[in-house]
Amino acid sequence: MSTGLDLWLLVAACALATYAWRGAGVFVSGGLNPNSAMFSWLGCIAYATLAALISRIMFLPVGTLAQSALTDRLLAAALAAAVFLATGRNLFAGVFSGGAALLAITWLVRGG
Amino acid sequence: MTSTPNTFATPRAAWKGGAREALGVPAAVLGSGYIGFGALAFDADFSLALTLFSTMTIWALPAQIALIELRALGTAAPALVLAVMLTSARFLPMAVVLLPLLRHPAYRRWHYYLAGHFVAMTGWAVAIRRCPMLPLEQRLPYFLGFTVALWLACLTGTVAGYFASGSLNELITLGLVFLNPVYFILLLGGEVRHRQGVLALLCGAFAGPLMHLLTPQWGLLAAGVIGGTVAYGVDRAWRKA
Repeated sequence: MSTGLDLWLLVAACALATYAWRGAGVFVSGGLNPNSAMFSWLGCIAYATLAALISRIMFLPVGTLAQSALTDRLLAAALAAAVFLATGRNLFAGVFSGGAALLAITWLVRGG
Repeated sequence: MTSTPNTFATPRAAWKGGAREALGVPAAVLGSGYIGFGALAFDADFSLALTLFSTMTIWALPAQIALIELRALGTAAPALVLAVMLTSARFLPMAVVLLPLLRHPAYRRWHYYLAGHFVAMTGWAVAIRRCPMLPLEQRLPYFLGFTVALWLACLTGTVAGYFASGSLNELITLGLVFLNPVYFILLLGGEVRHRQGVLALLCGAFAGPLMHLLTPQWGLLAAGVIGGTVAYGVDRAWRKA
């Protein structure tokens, strides 16, 4: 049962790590220039980390997503983007059509 | 586009008005992301209580997805926490920009630290646009009303995704788990327009799978730091050229 406690501590550590940025931001707000080189570099790292995560999930997934084919995932993402653009950038419609598309494609390929 | 008033009668009305504005499109959109997160957490054998605890306390979808994905890869705790932390680095400059807008002598120091917890993409973007239109004493209640309502909606989404993933067949789980990457592909592809941001996304997307193959343990951390730094350097050189 120690793994259960470990996991709670891990989530708590992640929460503290996330709040550290927010708390530091509140603490220094007004005293720092938000357009500084340091912040701009941090912003690049945050974007790159998120993009790296999403790209890795798309190309090298683990868990349930690994049961789908790469071509199916790419096709479903392309359909989601098409719906997103066709609906005037409706994120809600785009996201759910992406999920539904992967489900449908996988179901069809498996032959029901 | 919307018929929302620019100001409210009282700070109390601003709190309620903020909550009302959150419980429309913003809650539906971010909520769909959290439905995907709930499904992912169920798939990764997280308990419902722990899953909700993560939404309550981390309150950053990229960080929460990174946590579950890295844990599934068996990443050691220090590397995991550091990588999760990096996905949230933008909260520092975001808080620095937002907080001066919210200040008013009626509020205490801890109110601002509480508001800090709710600094995340959706609420921040709305507050940056709306708060300058509001009287000073209405801004903090407006921001808290908006973000707390959004937070509650996303907790509901988390539960919905968790149970949908658990009680329906595995094809549905596949569709729900896929909501996570699609959400961010559309969000980032649709909103990030400035050159530096686009470069960071491209470098990260390229480095992510590559670094993962080199070192699954440190791959995300390395991809973020290297990809982000390369993007920053290229953008700087570009500006100077």
